[in-house]
Amino acid sequence: MAERHRYPKSPTTYLLRAIVIVYLVLLVVWPVALVVTNTFENGGEALRSIVEDPDMMAALRLTAIAAVVATAINTVFGVSMSLLLVRNEFPGKRVVSSLLDLPLSVSPIVVGLALVLVYGGRNGWLGPTLESWGFQVIFSTPGIIMATAFVSLPLVIREVVPVLEELGIEQEQAAQSLGASGAQTFWRITLPSIKWAVIYGVVLTLARSLGEFGAVKVVSGNVLGETRTATLAVEEKYLNFDQQGAYAIAFLLASVSVLAILVVFLLRAREDRRERSLS
Amino acid sequence: MSVQIEAVRPATARRTPTHNLTRTSGIGLGVTMIWFSLLVLIPLAAVVATAAAGGWDGFWRAITNEQTAAAIRVTVTAAFAVTLVNIVIGTMISWVLVRDRFPGKGLLELVIDIPFALPTIVAGLVLLSLYGNDSPLGLHFANTKWSIYLAFLFVTLPFIVRTVQPVLEELDQEIEEAAASLGASRFTTFRRIILPALVPAIAAGAALSFARAVGEYGSLVLLSGNLPFESEVTSVRILSAIENDNRATAASIATLLLLISLLVIVVLDIVQRRVARRG
Repeated sequence: MAERHRYPKSPTTYLLRAIVIVYLVLLVVWPVALVVTNTFENGGEALRSIVEDPDMMAALRLTAIAAVVATAINTVFGVSMSLLLVRNEFPGKRVVSSLLDLPLSVSPIVVGLALVLVYGGRNGWLGPTLESWGFQVIFSTPGIIMATAFVSLPLVIREVVPVLEELGIEQEQAAQSLGASGAQTFWRITLPSIKWAVIYGVVLTLARSLGEFGAVKVVSGNVLGETRTATLAVEEKYLNFDQQGAYAIAFLLASVSVLAILVVFLLRAREDRRERSLS
Repeated sequence: MSVQIEAVRPATARRTPTHNLTRTSGIGLGVTMIWFSLLVLIPLAAVVATAAAGGWDGFWRAITNEQTAAAIRVTVTAAFAVTLVNIVIGTMISWVLVRDRFPGKGLLELVIDIPFALPTIVAGLVLLSLYGNDSPLGLHFANTKWSIYLAFLFVTLPFIVRTVQPVLEELDQEIEEAAASLGASRFTTFRRIILPALVPAIAAGAALSFARAVGEYGSLVLLSGNLPFESEVTSVRILSAIENDNRATAASIATLLLLISLLVIVVLDIVQRRVARRG
C-alpha cells in the first residue's frame, strides 16, 4: 500500500482535492442537507401530519408494495438471466445481453408510453383482451408494478454477471460429478457464492423502485388514495404550495434510499477488507 | 482443470454449434424471454409501430413541430454540454477517489452514489432548496434553462466516476513511475500513459450520462417550470402529447429518444468489445 504514494503531494493534488470537494458539496451535500433541515423546521410537525394523513399512508403503502413486488420479480428474473447468459450458449445471446441494458437508458416517460400502448384498457395491443378477462393493468396496481420493474430491470444482472464470470464452473462440475442434482448445485454451491452480488443488486433495485416517478406518472392515473404513489404525492403537495408536506415525504423517501446505499457501501467495505486480509 | 475443459470443448461445439442448453435451462430461457418480451420488447415495439403507422410524414411533422423541435434542441444541447463537463469533473473525481488519501474520503464515495439512489422528484426538490427562489446563495436557477443543466449534472454525476474508477484502480503504477524516471513531467505522464488507458471507460460513462440526460424527466418537474422554447425538455413534450391523447405524436418523439438510446448501446458495445480484444 505504501508504494501508492511515491509521488510527493504537489499543489496539483491539493487543488484537485479542493475542486472535487467544493463541486460535490455545492451539487449534492449542501442541497441534501437543506432538505433535511427544511423538513425539521417546525420540529417533527411535518412528518407527523404525513403519518396522520390516511391518503399519504395509502400512497406510501402503494409505493412499498410496488417496490417490493418489482424487486422480487427482478431478483428471480435477474439471477436466472445471469446464469443463462454466463453458463450457456444460445443464438442471439449477444443481442439479448445488450438489450437488457436498454431500460437504464430509456426515458421514464417513454417507458410509461410503451406500457400504455400495449396494456391500455381502451385501445392497447393486449389491454382490451386482458380487461375482458377482468384484469386491469393501466391506471391500476399491476401497471405501477410493471413500470417499476421495467426501470430497475438490469440492476441485479449487472451485479451478478461479473461475479458469475469470475467464479468459473469447477465447483459446480465437482458437485455434479459427486451426484448433486441441478437444484442442489444451485442452492448449495452457486447461490452461496453469488450471495453478496445478489444482495447488492436487490438493495439497488429496491432503492430505484421506491423512487420511480415518470413512468409511474404515465401509467398510474394518479388517483388520490388509490393509485397515487409517494413520489407522485411529493409533486402534488409541492404544486399545491404544501412545501412542508412535500419536504416531509421527500425526506422519508430520501432516507430509505440513502440507507440502502449506506448498507451496500458498508457491506462492500467489509468484503474488501476480508479480501485484502486473505491475499 | 480449465485447460482440460478448453481442450474438450471444440469437439462438442462442432456437434451442437448453436447452443448448449439443458432441458431445464431451455425452459428457463423461454420463461425469462417471455417476461422480458412482455415487459420491455413488445411495449417498445409498440412505440415504434405507433410512430411508423403515421408514416414518415407524420413522424417528421411530429418532431419538427416548432415547440417540439425547440425542446429537442434544448435537451440535446444541455445533455451534450453536461456530458462534456462530466468527462472533465468525473475523471477528476475518480482520480481523487483512487489516488488521493485524506480523512473523510470514504464519505465522498457515498456522496457520489446519492444522485443515483435518490428518487428523481426528490432530486428536483433537493436542487430547488439551494438554487430555487429561496436560495441561500442568491442563485435563482429555477424556471430558467440553467435549471436543466443543473438537474442533468446532478443525475448523471455517478456515471463517469463509476466507470473510470475501477479502471484507474487496476492501472499499473510502475509504468507511470518508469515514465517519470525517464524524465516525463507529470502532465506528460498523464496525457501519454494514463489518459489512453482511461479513454474507453470515459467513453462508456459519457454515453450512459448522455443517454440518461436526454430522457430525464423527474428531476425537472419542479425545477424547470417547463417554459416552452426555454426550459421545456423532450420528455415533457411526450407527456403533454400523451395527456392530449395524441398517441401518434407521443410515439414519434419517443421513437427519436429510443433511437438515441439504441445508438448509445451500440457505441457502448463497440467500445467494450474493443477493450476486450485489447485486454
